[in-house]
This record gives sequence, structure tokens and C-alpha cells, in this order.
Amino acid sequence: MSKSKLDLLQGTLDLMVLQTLVSMGPQHGYGIARRIEQVSGDEVLLNQGTIYASLVRLQERGWISAEWGTSDNNRKAKFYSITKKGRKQLAEDAAYWQRLSDVMGRVLAMPGEHK
Amino acid sequence: MNWLKLLLQRLRSSFSQSQTDQDLEMEMASHLESAIEDNLKRGMSPEEARRQALIRFGGVEQAMQQHREERGFQSLDILWQDLRYTFRTLRRDPGFTAIAILILALGIGANIAVFSVVNTILLRPLPFHDPQQLVWITGLPGRGGLSSQTYSTDAYKAFVSQQRSYQDVTGYFAFSTSDNTRLLGRGEPLLLSGVLVNGNFFQTLGVQPILGRLFRPEECQKNAPPVTLLSYPFWKRQFGADPDIVGKAVNFDGRSVTIIGVLPETFDFGSVFSPGSKVDTYGPAILDDMEDWGNTLALIGRLKPGVSLAQAQAEADLLFPRLLFSFKHPDWGGNYTGKLSILKEYVSGKLRRSLIVLWCAVGLILLIVCVNLSNLMLARAAARGKEFAMRSALGAGRGRLIRQLLTESIVLSAIGALLGLGLAYGITFYLAHQGSIALPLLSSVTVDGSALVWTLLITVATAILFGLVPGLKMSRSNLQEALKDSGHGLSEGKKHETLRAALVISELALACVLLVGAGLLLHSFLRVLDVDLGFEPSRTAAIKVDFDDSKPERRGAILRDMLQRILAVPGIEAAGIADNLPLDMNRSWGLSAKGKQYKPGELPATFVYVVTPGYLNVMGMRMLAGRDISWQDETGKERVAIINQTAARYLWPGEDPVGRMALVNGMDTRVIGVVADVRESSAETAPGWQMYLPVMQNGPVGAQLVVRTKLRPEVLASSVMATLRSINPAQPATEFRPIQNIVDHSVSPRRFFVSLVGIFAVLGLVLASLGIYGVISYSVTRQTQEIGIRMALGATVVNVQLQVIAKTLRLALIGIVLGAIASFAMARAITSLLFAVQPNDPPTFTSTIVLLTVVAIVAGYVPARRASRINPMIALRNG
Repeated sequence: MSKSKLDLLQGTLDLMVLQTLVSMGPQHGYGIARRIEQVSGDEVLLNQGTIYASLVRLQERGWISAEWGTSDNNRKAKFYSITKKGRKQLAEDAAYWQRLSDVMGRVLAMPGEHK
Repeated sequence: MNWLKLLLQRLRSSFSQSQTDQDLEMEMASHLESAIEDNLKRGMSPEEARRQALIRFGGVEQAMQQHREERGFQSLDILWQDLRYTFRTLRRDPGFTAIAILILALGIGANIAVFSVVNTILLRPLPFHDPQQLVWITGLPGRGGLSSQTYSTDAYKAFVSQQRSYQDVTGYFAFSTSDNTRLLGRGEPLLLSGVLVNGNFFQTLGVQPILGRLFRPEECQKNAPPVTLLSYPFWKRQFGADPDIVGKAVNFDGRSVTIIGVLPETFDFGSVFSPGSKVDTYGPAILDDMEDWGNTLALIGRLKPGVSLAQAQAEADLLFPRLLFSFKHPDWGGNYTGKLSILKEYVSGKLRRSLIVLWCAVGLILLIVCVNLSNLMLARAAARGKEFAMRSALGAGRGRLIRQLLTESIVLSAIGALLGLGLAYGITFYLAHQGSIALPLLSSVTVDGSALVWTLLITVATAILFGLVPGLKMSRSNLQEALKDSGHGLSEGKKHETLRAALVISELALACVLLVGAGLLLHSFLRVLDVDLGFEPSRTAAIKVDFDDSKPERRGAILRDMLQRILAVPGIEAAGIADNLPLDMNRSWGLSAKGKQYKPGELPATFVYVVTPGYLNVMGMRMLAGRDISWQDETGKERVAIINQTAARYLWPGEDPVGRMALVNGMDTRVIGVVADVRESSAETAPGWQMYLPVMQNGPVGAQLVVRTKLRPEVLASSVMATLRSINPAQPATEFRPIQNIVDHSVSPRRFFVSLVGIFAVLGLVLASLGIYGVISYSVTRQTQEIGIRMALGATVVNVQLQVIAKTLRLALIGIVLGAIASFAMARAITSLLFAVQPNDPPTFTSTIVLLTVVAIVAGYVPARRASRINPMIALRNG
């Protein structure tokens, strides 16, 4: 796998995690992973394990916070919630993605010269 | 300060590693349990639920590793892990570790040592204040020896008063010989080497005494009470580093001399101005006493700030031709030139090329070492293929694997460097204490701070060079294949072998370049040793003798008596006396044919030797015509001279010079003989003009008694000394100096470079042969089964051996051809270092090629023998 692709994926995953936390409120790793899979309609092939690298990265940047708690099924789990800083970052990143996807849409909509 | 927080967090998590890991494990366990529960709810069997959960999660270890890489101080953790792992693996394979470290220690040690030498002689500034301001002022170099490179006191005084470029101009008496002063009154007379320096010598160089003071102007006046400065080693050796030495008086040659100071340890006159000799004491040169001594002062100036060398040279070009040899005789003119060079350039400029070649040679060694270790690491890596595959299956990324291999190579080269440092300390200590090598500054060679920086640099570079290739190679290997690969005969092994073969080829090529270089230098050295010196150094030895020279008219009788008594000593075959010996000190006078007109500057200065009858004979010089000096050529009789062939050919071309009248320093002198040319300055430079004058008619500068004997000179020392003491009780104890030693001293720089480059070449050859042995041996091991099958099918022992050797030769020949081509280029670059040897010297190239081929065959024969002894049954069964 080439490096640039991986970077894009990383950034994408971070954004997905942040948005998930905004929409669902505090959530544990498994919950976040499941949610992303559901929303993406299983289009993203996600190794659930990779979510933890993303979580620790976001945590270190101060965009999310973590706390041990108890899950619905009475299991000990670490719950993540988005911070104020994280919300700000999400707004920025979301706007960026929106713009990028608009541009990409326009570029790809250009009539192509078929062979 | 976002990054600061990040840094703190990372540091913290670095230390609380296991705690965070436990945390993560719990979190992941909980994750999996939730997933399994969900799957169960969907109606899967327990096994299926678990399996699906694990699949969706991906690799647990990889996730852990990713997590770790995101948090923590990645490099620190990994470094620690890698280090521990490295030490474990290295311990497990002590043979490999020992060989690798040994090779590295040799390569790195040699590099540190050579760097220290290069740094001391070439790179480091001279140990004086602002040394770049110091310039060496010399007459026309070359013909005429020291006398034409030095100046009279009157010329010096005039130059000092007229120049505008210098803060100060100083000088020293350039004709001081070793052992020229006797220290009396402390038991047996002890011989010292003293140098006379101008009063402002130390001030100009910027050298301060560690005890006492420097010379005062009044101490450089006529009839001033004599004073002396001591060198640091002499002060320690002779006076036990007496802190109260200043003000004490010592007896030099019967004169009471006051010690006024001690110079610092860093000041070593000999190592800068007269390599290979030591100086014990410094006295002030009394210029007024030296007016009639001729050209004797070597000049050094300190430029004013802002004055460039070119400006000073322009001034010198103007001033020097106008300087007079003597104020009393303005009609004699001066005929001076002044060529300026930065002092450092004068001291070590001649050596630049040799040192750079040495540096390149040792760099080649390091390259060979790297290639060799790359090869060893690859061989090892091949054996560790499964281990690496396993590690990557367990979550190690490619970068991580490369890092692991690099850690190993860095640990190896760091240990090698430590040993190498020890080796370098040893070598530099040895070199610094080799008084007999005539290289400037060599006595101050040490492994200093910059050498340590250099060590660090080459250690890291070496580690990266030899660790990266196997690292890249390994980490690219196919995981599945590696795990399945039984290690024998599969494609991965083949690829390894191609890379290793390429490495061995380059190793051989590098060794070839080194060997050709060493061979050319060695051949040059042998040519130098073969040079017809014009005298026979073997079986002759010289001893400096002391005699009463207060009445010049008695000189002949005294020396004649001395020689007769010496000849009576059993074992002495011949004896003679001269004031200077060839390849030692020299001085020059004027010589011309009487009655002929010469343009100013047309005739070179002529080396002059004041000798007794029998000297030419004892030195083994060859008379070509005429007669030797005899005891009848006395004071007051017709002045006579023997001249050398070169002078004779120029002064009386096509004529017989014997019986002609010449002018020696303006005095009528009859030429009585012609002697074959003697190499007087160095074995490598063509002889200049020389003349030999009788000691009865000319003032000698000292006396060297030369004897020829069948015995070793030490055996004769006591009886000769007893004889000399019976003539002159004050004769100090000196040792016989075999004439061969003087020759050796003169060729010592070349010997020094040849031995070093030679050692490196041998080292390179050994490493290259190890490399070739390693590759062939490995391929034999790999093909054990194949060879077994072939032998089972009827291949003979000879078949098998030939095949292995043919493979070796193929590698060797490619390496040798490439190396020979590179050697041609190298040889052209070092042409100026060669003596009477062409850069494409066929014997050197031929012998190198033969040597390398033979070594390769031997290196291939050992595994070939092993291959031919393979028992087909066992080989097949074990496959």
C-alpha cells in the first residue's frame, strides 16, 4: 500500500470518528467502529482494530477525551467524547472535505474525451 | 505550546508503557466481547461468532503496534527494544559477532589513526599564535642546499629595516647540528642539541615560556652574559622538572650559561622546522658575531593584519634582489631572492598529496570493510529469513525491520569503533614516539577531539552503509514464501546470492586498486633504495669527534694522529673525517673555473665538504680521475679541491678538469681529482655540485669520524671511545651512527607511506579473500543436496571441485578486470608520488592480477574440497 493513500485514510478515519462522536455522544471503540460500518453501508473496509490508533491520536491532540465506564451490556469499556477543541477541528475539517469533494465532483464531471 | 504538551504526553507514555498497554488490552478485550455477543445475538454459533469478530477486528498485534506507534516516544521505545534484541542475537552468534567486530575495529581503527596523522600534519593549524600570518621566507629552492635558502645577518638587518609588510621578521641559525653542545659538570659530558634563534623568535611565533621569560634585546648583543631557554622534554629529563630552575647556571662547553626559562610542551622546534630531530636548548643568536658566517639565517615573518601573501611577495620581489651579502663588501652584491609561503604550507605542503593518497587508501579499506560486513549480514539475514517473516507476521512493519537491522549494524560498528579507538591510540602513540621518521609534526600526533568527531561520523556512516543493503533486501522478501522456504534452493536464496556476488566483485575491485597503488609505491620505494648514492652506506658508521681546533695550522697533525690511532684499533678497516656527511647537514660555497666569465646566477652554489685524506675511500666514493687529498696538501701550500662529475662537466665541458685552476669562494684552487656524484640532499633528487677540500686548508664545521668495519659498530664503540678519550679527555660520549641510518632517515617519509599503504593493501586482500570464501562456501552449503545428487549420478570429485573453482574464478575475474580499469585511473592520479616507475608499471599490474587470482583460487579451493567430500547418501537423506 502506498504511503499517500494511507495518510488520506488516516485523516478520513479521524474525521469519521469525530463526526460519529458528535452525532452519538460519548461512545466506546466498538460502538464507534460499528456505527461507521453501518453508516458507510459496509463500503469502507475497516479493520476495527485500526480505530484504536485513530482514537489515541485524537486524544493526544486534545480533540477527544476518554473515560472508563460501563456499557449497555454491563461491560467495562472506555468511553470517548469530543472536546470543544475537537468540535472546532471537526468544523474546519468538514468544511475542507466539503470543498474538496465539491471540487472533485466538478473536475470529474468534466466531459471526457473517450477513445 | 501544543507540541510541548504532546512531547510531555509522549514522554509520559514512554515510561508508563506497560500500564498503557494493559489499558489497551482491556479495551480491546471488551471490544471483542461486545462483538462476539452481537454476533451470537444474530444467531451464529459460538465459534463462528468469535471467528467473525476477530476477522472484523483485524490483527490484534498490528492494532497494538499501530497504537504504540501513535502514542509514545516511538524511537525511544523501539531503540530500547531493538538494542535488547540485538544484544541477544549477537550473543547467540558469537563467531559472527567476533569476526564482524574485529573487521570493523581494524577498518575504523586504521581510519582514526590516519585521520589523526592527516589532521595533525595537514589540517590542524601550527601550534603558534595566529599561524596563518606566519610566512616562511626562502631563497631559490633546490640547488645549493641550505646556504641558498638562508640569508646573511646583514641581508636580514637590511630587510627588517626596509620592509613594510610584517609586524615582525625573525630567524634562526639554520646550520645547528644535533649534539652540538656539551653539558659539563654533571658527570660524564652529555651532548645536547642546541639551536640559536633570533632574539624575537618566540615573540614572533607567539610562544610564551611556562617558566621564566624570553630573551631580552641586551642578551642578543656582543659579549652579553650567555643565557638559555630549555625545551620542555629536556627540562623534565635532565632537571627532573625542577620548578626553581630559572636563574640557575649550567656549564655548556665550559661556559657558564644562565637558564632564563622553560618553553611549553606544545613547542617542538624540531617537529616543525627540522623533522625527525630533537632540540634541547635555545640560545640567542648574537647577530654581530655572525656577520662573517655567510648565509646562515632561515627567515620567518609575521604579516601585518590585512597584508596578503601576494602583497608581501610583491614587496619581497622588489627588496630581496637589492639586499647585500655584506655591508663591508658592497661590491660582492647579494644575488638574493625571496620566495614567500605560508609557514604551514612550507612545513607540510610537500606532504599533502601523499597524505591524501594515504587517506584515500584507508577510506578504501573502510569501504571494503563495509562491503564485507554487508556480505556477512546478508549471509546471516538469509539464515534469519524465517525469523523476519515471523516478525512481520506478528505486526512488524517494513521500516521496523530495517530499523532492527540498522540497530544491529550500529551496535556492531559502535563496538568496533571502541576497539578501533584503542587501536588508533596505540598506533598514534607509536608514531608520535618514532623519532626517526622525518615527517613534520609527527611527534604531536594524538587522537584528539576532532578525531573523535571523525570516529563518530565514520562509525555511523559505516553502520548505515553495511546495514542498509541487507535491511532493504530482507524487508522486501515475500512473507509467505519465506515462511515456506526451507532455506535451500528457492528463488529468494538465488537472489541473495546475486547480490552477494556483486558485493564480492566490488570488494575484489577495491582490493585490486589498493594493491596496485601499494605496488606502485613499493616499486618506487625499491627504486629509491636502488639509487646509486655515490657512496657505500653498508658497514660504515660515523661518530662525532671533538678536537682542539684553536690552532688551525695544527689541525692536520691532530687529525692525522687521531686517524692513525683509530686505524690501529682491531677491526677497523678504514677511517676518514669530514665535517658534513651526505644526506645529513650541508652548506655551500662558490665554485667556478678560473678565467671564464659567467652570468650572475648562472652557477649553482656548490656543496662543500672539508675532509681528511681517506674520507672518500672510507665512504666508498669513486674517484673518476686524478688523486685523493693527501696529508701533503698542507696549510700554506697550493690550495686543492676534488670536484664531482656534474660540476666538472659544466665547468670544463669535454676537457680534463684535473690540473685546472678553479676559484673557490674567490680563491685560486687547483682541481686535483674528480669523484662520482653523491646524492647529498636526498636519495630522490639529482645531485648538485659538490667539492671536497682538505681539512688542512679550510675550516671545517665540526668533525665526523667515519670508520669501515666488518664488526658491528657497537662492538667497536668502547675501544674507539677509549682511543678518542686518550687524545682528548673531554671527548663526550656519543654513539656510532651507522651511515645506513642516515640513508634510512632520508627515505623515512617514503618508507612510512609505503608501509602504511602496504599494510592497508594486505588488509584489503585478506578481507576480499574472506569475502570470496564466504560467498563460495555459502553457495556450496546451499547446494549440498544438488551436489549430492550429481555425485550419486556419477560426477567425480574433480568435476565437483572444478565447478566450484570455476565459479570462484568467474567472480574473481570480473572483480579483477573492473579493479584493473579503476587502478589505471588511480595510478595516473598518483603519478607525482612515483619515483622512476611508470603509472602503468607492468610488473605491478601483472603481479597484482596474479596475486588476486591465486588468492581467489585458494579461497575457492577450501569450499571446493568440502563440496567434493559431500557424501551423496547423507546429503540426500538430510535434504
